[in-house]
Amino acid sequence: MASMETNTPRLTRRSFLGGAAGLTFTVALGPKGFFLVSPAQAAARERPIGAWVRITPDDRITIVTPAAEMGQGSMTGVPIALAEEMDAEWSKVTLEMAPAEPEIYGYVSWGGRKSMGIYGSRAVMMYFEQMRIAGAQVRKVLLNAAAESWGVDSAQLTTEPNVVIHTASNHRISYGEIAAFAQTPSTMPQVTHADLKPKSAFRLIGKAVPRRDIPEKVNGSARYSIDVRLPDIVYASTVHSPVQLGRPKRWNDDAIRSMPGVVDVVPLEHGVAVVAESFEQVLAARKALEVVWTDGAKAQGYDSERTLMSDYDRIAGDENAASERIGGKGDVDSVFARAARVYKASFRSDYGYHAQMEPLNAVARFNPSDGTLEVWEGTQAPGSSRRRLAQALGLDVTKVIHHQQYLGGGFGRRSINDYTLEAAVIARASGRTVKLIWTREEDLSYGMFRPQALQCLEAGLDENGRVAGWRHCVIGDGGRLIYSGIKLDKYYPIPNQHIERRGTSHGIRLKHWRAVAHPFNVFAIEGLVDEIAANEGLDPFAFRRERMPMTSKARRVFDTVERMCDWKAPRPKGRALGLSVTERSGSLGAGVVEISMDRASGKIRVHKVWVAVDGGMIVQPEMARRNVESGIVYGLSSVLKERATMKNGAVEQSNFHDYEVLRMSEAPEEIHVEFVDSGTKPTGLGEIGNPFIAAAVANAFHALTGRRLYHMPFTPNRVRAALEA
Amino acid sequence: MISFSVNGKPVSVSAEPDTPLLWVVREHLGLTGTKFGCGAGLCGACTVHLNGRPVRACQTSLESVEGELVTTIEGLSPDASHPVQKAWIAEQVPQCGYCQSGQIMQAAALLADNPSPSRDEIVAHMNGNICRCGTYTRIIAAIQRASREG
Repeated sequence: MASMETNTPRLTRRSFLGGAAGLTFTVALGPKGFFLVSPAQAAARERPIGAWVRITPDDRITIVTPAAEMGQGSMTGVPIALAEEMDAEWSKVTLEMAPAEPEIYGYVSWGGRKSMGIYGSRAVMMYFEQMRIAGAQVRKVLLNAAAESWGVDSAQLTTEPNVVIHTASNHRISYGEIAAFAQTPSTMPQVTHADLKPKSAFRLIGKAVPRRDIPEKVNGSARYSIDVRLPDIVYASTVHSPVQLGRPKRWNDDAIRSMPGVVDVVPLEHGVAVVAESFEQVLAARKALEVVWTDGAKAQGYDSERTLMSDYDRIAGDENAASERIGGKGDVDSVFARAARVYKASFRSDYGYHAQMEPLNAVARFNPSDGTLEVWEGTQAPGSSRRRLAQALGLDVTKVIHHQQYLGGGFGRRSINDYTLEAAVIARASGRTVKLIWTREEDLSYGMFRPQALQCLEAGLDENGRVAGWRHCVIGDGGRLIYSGIKLDKYYPIPNQHIERRGTSHGIRLKHWRAVAHPFNVFAIEGLVDEIAANEGLDPFAFRRERMPMTSKARRVFDTVERMCDWKAPRPKGRALGLSVTERSGSLGAGVVEISMDRASGKIRVHKVWVAVDGGMIVQPEMARRNVESGIVYGLSSVLKERATMKNGAVEQSNFHDYEVLRMSEAPEEIHVEFVDSGTKPTGLGEIGNPFIAAAVANAFHALTGRRLYHMPFTPNRVRAALEA
Repeated sequence: MISFSVNGKPVSVSAEPDTPLLWVVREHLGLTGTKFGCGAGLCGACTVHLNGRPVRACQTSLESVEGELVTTIEGLSPDASHPVQKAWIAEQVPQCGYCQSGQIMQAAALLADNPSPSRDEIVAHMNGNICRCGTYTRIIAAIQRASREG
């Protein structure tokens, strides 16, 4: 058998302080995040300490980059803030992926907890200020070292990229030259927000900096966990219970073990894993595996369509149904009692699957010599993954060595490591180095879904036709997973509101999806708003401005998108526009789509999309633009095509032929993204493109046909039904 | 042992004749740039060239390539200098990047046949390749750039 060398990945986890020649800054936990301390200080602390910035005498800088790279560009975007403030020459910077050490490399999350979890569009938003402070501290150390060596006051010195300059004497010294002689001071200089560069001095922030991961992603060398190659590796795949969360009772163990190459058969809580010398042998064994599953899984007998189309209505109409108040204010009941007009509508949405292109996989091995578990995975939450692995396998967390890899898509699916836990259990049981790969079919049927939901909304208009009262009830499984995005105060601060959730439970695995519940909640909100506007005989923009309370931030994005799309301009025959707004992760966006429809087939085509986004300061405009575009396409895919259904507790779809996602021929021909600079700190952009698109398409459909769509996705069948209704 | 050529080098692989070429190049030969996406010929992530034509490696058996010429992303150019690769960098196409080897191989085959494809021809040729990050408009721009700049 021939073998070939693969390229060595450029992103590696290096050893900590030892080994690197030159100036090393270390980082330690502080009450408000990380800050730089000297090695002496660091060594005096008990917490694990890792290097954040290293400068070598050859003038190279290494910056540790903490955010999972799943396509959003954060691996490049986050350290740019540090490089900016330390005045690093970006071409001399090498990036190194941070180890899974949230106490050191995490941002400060809710309740002061440190987290490396990259979800909710958080990477740049959460790390930006901390990274700038850290960079400014490094620069100050370099200035002080140069000042001391020249015998001048550091206040007389300035920097250009990688160079300290004394203008009066025209002395220049490179960062690398400083690194060759400088000692890291015993106390790091204090830096506050006031010491940071003014916007006008930025060399990197706000400029188009090429992503560091792209060269590797065009020559095949970018390494995802599925690409990890280790000596004596064996392969594994799991067959899970078709009825979600069923348990294996018995299986044809002897027959499978006698198959060529089979190394082991490992029972898991909800499945059976086969282990073999090659992956094709694993696939053959999978095919031959016959498992009898236990009865009694909660999902058994569950029919998702029947539940969505009838059970949820019953819950909606049941005054005694268990209910949780999610939000509200004012006196809703009396506003509705005296309302001039009341509008009501219900909206439905199906289960959504993440369908990240890289089927879930992980590599694991136990090292008997030191009792460590090593895992290679692409995860959105390296810190919690490591902790969960330690807990599940009864190890001290220091015994879990975690190797972060590129993620072939995340979309919320990869912030929980069920697949990595499986790989570790299989590695322990088989005593081998295991690469576990779920097939696409497994990835889908044992998926964790965006829950289906029913939304019931009412709006009460006062005697002036203004929306004065608002009721929104969402019905479905999944707790928080069904009510993100249900509050509309960030764009429409309606004075009297009642927002509630009516929960239920089906035993189906659920998970955060890109923008969580925003896509279907915003669909309902902006669907109803558009319906009221049409009934009140007003243009969608005019209605929102004149009849809806509106924040100034929302006004700005509405104004911008109206100009961008030239709203009043005539459109080609057979085309129409639709409008919607959304908030997500601190950002606000308004979007317009231009659609057409093939009446015979019922296929909707979105030709053009315009989006105005207030995302605060934009750190990397080109990456940001692509991130918004990505959200739009991901959202549109779900709006037009994607639906997962369950019959008798089992997922009915199995691969991309029956769980269809958007393809190139269905993608918008034009996507225009404009950022509204409101001067605030950066806010999340990875999900702002997604939630508005459902209502925008539905509202355009109404403009085109006079009919409304109330059930997402807008499949051709549903479109035809709406036309014929 | 089944012998064929990968990226200009002769190789011999010992595996069942019906083993998908995908697992042969990835796991037997260590050329992991070719990706597993669906295993059913539905997504295009595993696209390689067989005698210059794009094929889905997950639907191509080892025995069917005996004596043939297989090119993977690693062999498209020695230094990412293929016009398609250069255009992919110029347009900053990849996001998660997982589908992009397949996209690039599919696009390179198009331009080899048709150096100046229309937008419709590009879409028709590329429609079997799914990109879940939604880089489709960027892919089209990159193919047009590669066509222009050759």
